[in-house]
Amino acid sequence: MAFDSFSALLAMGGYAKYVWPAWGLAALLLLGFVCWARHERRQLFEQLRRRRRREARAA
Amino acid sequence: MWTFIHKLGSPKWCYTLCGRLQPGFWAAAALLLCVGSVWALGYSPRDYQMGDSYRIIYVHVPSAILAQSIFIAMAVASAVLLVWKIKVADMAARVMAPFGAAMTFLALFSGSLWGVPTWGTWWTWDARLTSMLIQLFLYLGVIALRGAFGSADQGAKAVAVLTLVGVVNIPIIKYSVVWWNTLHQPATFTLTQPPAMVASMWMPLLVMVLGFYCFFIALTLYRLRNEILRRESRTRWVQELAD
Amino acid sequence: MPRSTTGMKFTDEERSLAPVAGTTIGLSAVWRAQVKRELALARRRGGDLLNPLLFLALVVVLFPLGISPQPDLLAEIAPGLLWVAALLAMLLSLDALFRTDFADGSLEQLLLSPQPLPLLCLAKVFVHWLLTGMPLALCAPLMGVLLSLPGTGYLTLAASLALGTASLSLIGAIGAALTVGLPRGGVLLSLLVLPLYIPVLIFGAGAVQAAIQGGGTAPALALLGALLALAVAAAPFAIAGALRISVNG
Repeated sequence: MAFDSFSALLAMGGYAKYVWPAWGLAALLLLGFVCWARHERRQLFEQLRRRRRREARAA
Repeated sequence: MWTFIHKLGSPKWCYTLCGRLQPGFWAAAALLLCVGSVWALGYSPRDYQMGDSYRIIYVHVPSAILAQSIFIAMAVASAVLLVWKIKVADMAARVMAPFGAAMTFLALFSGSLWGVPTWGTWWTWDARLTSMLIQLFLYLGVIALRGAFGSADQGAKAVAVLTLVGVVNIPIIKYSVVWWNTLHQPATFTLTQPPAMVASMWMPLLVMVLGFYCFFIALTLYRLRNEILRRESRTRWVQELAD
Repeated sequence: MPRSTTGMKFTDEERSLAPVAGTTIGLSAVWRAQVKRELALARRRGGDLLNPLLFLALVVVLFPLGISPQPDLLAEIAPGLLWVAALLAMLLSLDALFRTDFADGSLEQLLLSPQPLPLLCLAKVFVHWLLTGMPLALCAPLMGVLLSLPGTGYLTLAASLALGTASLSLIGAIGAALTVGLPRGGVLLSLLVLPLYIPVLIFGAGAVQAAIQGGGTAPALALLGALLALAVAAAPFAIAGALRISVNG
């Protein structure tokens, strides 16, 4: 363990304001892409189902 | 081998293959990224020159590596589209582009954050940062060109040509920027890096790089499935899938 | 019907038959015919030729007004500034490269002709360079006077621009060919092409800097030549492919 306590980990030896934003953006981007992809998939299926219903009604 | 490539050309077969491959990659990505983060943030030793600020390396290097490999992957997909007219290749190229741009941005952002404690400034016209910035513009150009075309097929081929032109240019841009950099700035701003990293430092880095790769592959497979459904939405098998 | 296979001398009747597959016309004759056509078109359009030069002059005038008229400062930024201004002038002229041909359908004729398309594209780009890049290279030294460019830089400025603008024309033509079918291609074209222009800018402005500081200009000029050689070898094929995609889908 490189740090003595959890607060020392958060402080990052005085470099907290450089290290955490970099890691934060990385986490945000990765999670954001996952959410985006899931949202995309859900919307797609909804669209497919809607079209199918519409075509079933038309037929 | 050839039958495999022919099968890849079939969107339906590709859809099921991606579905089968993706859980493994998601699991590997989650595992590697969790282990890598804890190891990198908590357990790797402090750098004797840069202190804890060097821990940015664990997101900077993986994103920079991915930014370059994704462009190459897009170029390979583009070549496959132009040579064999395999549509799935274009779908893959399309799906990869936004993540590649995001990784390029992350590399730039973390690099400039790292620049403050090591160089004392947010931005220097360092060769690597500069060529990364140009690469970001290349990504954005590819995405913008795709958006400008109404017809998907026409846009696909145009983007493929642009991607191939871009990938030929990336090394040229890189070397010209290095040349320009050495011409204009004497080497005062080199990264203060210890000659060789100790194993306890580069092992977590390796884990993080692998984790980012697995995440990229898993995300691409996932979004490729979406893209296949979107483009093939008129076919019978997709409509049956929706029910 | 006897048909001349030697070169340029065609009767009117034969000329109308020329695009039919199977006529044997030498590549140099194709080149000459295409260049002649482009030059004739440019002559009839007339005024367009001056626009890039006027643009260069105006941009150069803006800088002393915007920054400072001090000769020392201007002399220091002159090489890069002249190169950037010339590069932007080239960029603005690109949009028209294929657009009129696309609008009146002659681009489709070009694609249908049995002659190798990359060669025809190369001829078009050559004329574009001849009528845009060359005049810019010749006029940039005059603009250098306005920016009090040191005396040793003038020759290298003209030489590097003459070499560099040829690469710019070739690379830019790829972007112009990709965006020719799009209704609002102009801004997109610059977004696509500008990143690819950076190596040319670096070596071009670097050559002029080196000339001013008394260093050897040969390495930078040689690298510009290498870029041009690569562009001449590869770009015509990319342009031809892009045109086929833009016109035929």
